[in-house]
Amino acid sequence: MDLFEYQARDLFEANGVPVLAGAVATTPEEAQRAAEKIGGKVVVKAQVKIGGRGKAGGVKLAENPADTFEKAKAILGMDIKGHTVHKVMIAAAAPIESEYYLAILLDRAARSFLVMASVSGGMDIEEVAHKTPEKLAKVHIDPNDGISQEKALDIVRKGGFPSDVEKGVAEVLVTLWKTFQSSDATLVEVNPLVKTADGRIIALDGKVTLDDNAAFRHPDHEALIDHAATNPLEALAKEKDLNYVKLDGEVGVIGNGAGLVMSTLDVVAYAGEKFGGVKPANFLDIGGGASAQVMADGLSIILGDPAVKSVFVNVFGGITACDAVANGIVQALTMLGDKATKPIVVRLDGNNVLEGRRILNEANHPLVQQLDTMDGAAAKAAELAAK
Amino acid sequence: MAIFLNENTKVIVQGMTGSEGTKHTRRMIASGTKIVGGVTPGKGGQVVEIEGISLPVFNTVAEAVAATGANASVIFVPPKFAKSAVVDAIDAYVPLIVVITEGIPVHDTASFFAYAQKIGKSRIIGPNCPGLISPGKSNIGITPADITGAGKIGLVSKSGTLTYQMMYELRDIGFTTAVGIGGDPVIGTTHIDCLKAFQDDPDTEAIVMIGEIGGDAEERAAAFIKEYVTKPVVGYVAGFTAPEGKTMGHAGAIVSGSSGTAEAKKVALEAAGVQVGKTPSETATLLRSILQG
Repeated sequence: MDLFEYQARDLFEANGVPVLAGAVATTPEEAQRAAEKIGGKVVVKAQVKIGGRGKAGGVKLAENPADTFEKAKAILGMDIKGHTVHKVMIAAAAPIESEYYLAILLDRAARSFLVMASVSGGMDIEEVAHKTPEKLAKVHIDPNDGISQEKALDIVRKGGFPSDVEKGVAEVLVTLWKTFQSSDATLVEVNPLVKTADGRIIALDGKVTLDDNAAFRHPDHEALIDHAATNPLEALAKEKDLNYVKLDGEVGVIGNGAGLVMSTLDVVAYAGEKFGGVKPANFLDIGGGASAQVMADGLSIILGDPAVKSVFVNVFGGITACDAVANGIVQALTMLGDKATKPIVVRLDGNNVLEGRRILNEANHPLVQQLDTMDGAAAKAAELAAK
Repeated sequence: MAIFLNENTKVIVQGMTGSEGTKHTRRMIASGTKIVGGVTPGKGGQVVEIEGISLPVFNTVAEAVAATGANASVIFVPPKFAKSAVVDAIDAYVPLIVVITEGIPVHDTASFFAYAQKIGKSRIIGPNCPGLISPGKSNIGITPADITGAGKIGLVSKSGTLTYQMMYELRDIGFTTAVGIGGDPVIGTTHIDCLKAFQDDPDTEAIVMIGEIGGDAEERAAAFIKEYVTKPVVGYVAGFTAPEGKTMGHAGAIVSGSSGTAEAKKVALEAAGVQVGKTPSETATLLRSILQG
C-alpha cells in the first residue's frame, strides 16, 4: 500500500524523523483553519499518489489563512494525471538552503535492503541515477544489522554531504531506518530532505510503501487505506477474501493461482483480437484449495459487473479440486437464479477433473459450456463477449 | 538425475500437525516422498500416523535431524510463525528448506534469507511457492504428482498453477525436476540458480523457464543464459496485458513505470537466444520442435 504524503509525514513524526508542522484538509474551510493554527506562510499541497503534481499546479504557496482558503479551493477537485484531488496538506513554509535525497528500499535483485543518498535532491532521482550516478550513493543494508549511527555516518560521507550537515543527515537516516523497520515498509523516501536557512534538517516530502503481507502485526495500518479510491467490486471481493482486480474489458475471468490467471488474461486478450478487440474484464484468483463457496462468491462478483458480457472459468486443479469448482458454479447459478444471464465458458483440468466435468454435465445449465483446452475456451469466451 | 531433490532425500515437515501440513504430508507420502518426521514446537514426543506410516514429532529441527538424518525440510506453518521456523531449520544446517507458506512479510523473508547466507549451509526455495518435484523420485510441497512422469525437461517457474499447466502440456515428454521458485519479491532460489543446476544436470536436455511481470529477475536470467547455458531454453512470461500499477495476485507481480513489463522480459530473453511463447501452449510447441530437432 502506498501512503499519501500527509500519512507519510505523520508516520515520520511518530518515529522521530524531523518534519514541519502540517495538517490534512478536505475542504477550503478546513485548510484555512489549519493555516491559522500553523501560522505564517504555508504551502498547500495536493494529496495524490502520483508524481509531477508540482508541474500540474498542485502545490501552491499561501501568504495567509484567507489566501490558503483560495489556494485550497483551486487545488481540491483538480485532476492530476487521472487522479482527482480529494485532500490537501497544509504545511508550514520554510526557507530552504539546500535540497538532498534519502531513501531506504527493498532491493529485489539483491534480496536485501538498500539506502540511496544524494546531495542532488528535489529532482527526479532516476534522472540523477542516470545522468550523474556518481552523485548517488548506494549502500546495501543487512536486514539483521540495520542502520546504526556509525553506519549512517559512513553512508552520508559516501554520499558526499557537506561536513556541517553530516551528523544531522545521519541522525535522520537512523530515524528513517526505524520507520522502515517498525512499520514493515518496502520504501521510505524523502525528497527533498532540506537544510533550512537556520540550519535545520527537515524531511519536506515523503513517500512510503507498506507491505500488505505484514498487516497482521499492524492493526493500525487499516486506517491508512484509501477507501475512496477502491473500486466497489474490489471492495466487495476483499470482504470475501478474494484476490480481484477490476480491468476495463468484457470477458470476466476466474482462475486458480496468480500466474495462471495472468496467463488467462493474456490468452483472452489474444483471442479477443479476432473478435473486435474484446478484453478481460478482471483478474480474479480464487487461490489454492478453494471451496465451492469461494468459487460461488467469485462468480457472483463477476456476474454482478455490468461490463462483463461472458465469463471464462479456467482452473488447473492442484490442491483445488475440480469437483469443488463445479459445485461452486452450480451453487452460484442456483443462488442467482434469473439474475444470471451471461454465458459461462469452463475449462477444467487436473485434480478430480472427471468428477468436475460430470457435475457440470449433469447440471446441464443453459448458460454453461465446457471446453477442453485453455486456448479453445478463451476463444469461445471472447466470441460470446463480442456478440 | 534430477536437481536439488532425488529418491534419497529425507524430508521433515515443519507444521505437520496442522491441517494443511497433515493433508500435504499425506499427498507427499502417496507420491513416493521419503517423509521421516515432523516438527511442531511444544508437540515433541508425539507420534502421528499418516498413510500407514508412524511419524515422530519433534520440538526443534535440530532434534529431528539428529534422530532421522533428514536432509530437507518443508514448511507449512502460518506467516506469523514462518520466520522462526525457517531460522530453526537454518540453525540445524538443513541443506534444503522449502517454504510453501504464502503471505510472509518481506522483512521476515529478507531477514531469514540474509541469515541463511551468513550461515552458508542451506538452500531456501520459496516462500509462497508450490515446492519442487522430481517425478517418480520425490515431491516436496504441493505439486500434484500425477500430471506427468520422469523425463528430460527441466522447468523453473514463479507460478504454481502455470507450472502444472506446463507439465500437463508436455506430459508426454516428462521432467527431470520442476521447481516452483515462488512469486514473492524476495525468494531464496532464483531462476538463475535453477538454470545453472539444469545446465549442470546430465539428464536435463532442455529447459522451460516461466516468468511473470514485476522485477527484473527474467532479464537477469537472460544475461545468465547468454553467458552460461548451452542447452536449449524456451521461455514464457505471464502478464502481457497487465496494466501498470496493479498488483496481480503475487506480491511481486506489478508493473511499475517502464520496468517489470512482460514485453521487456520477452525482448531480453529473445536477445539471449531464448524462444518465447505467447501462451503456455505455444511455449510447449516451441520446446517440442526443439527436441524433435
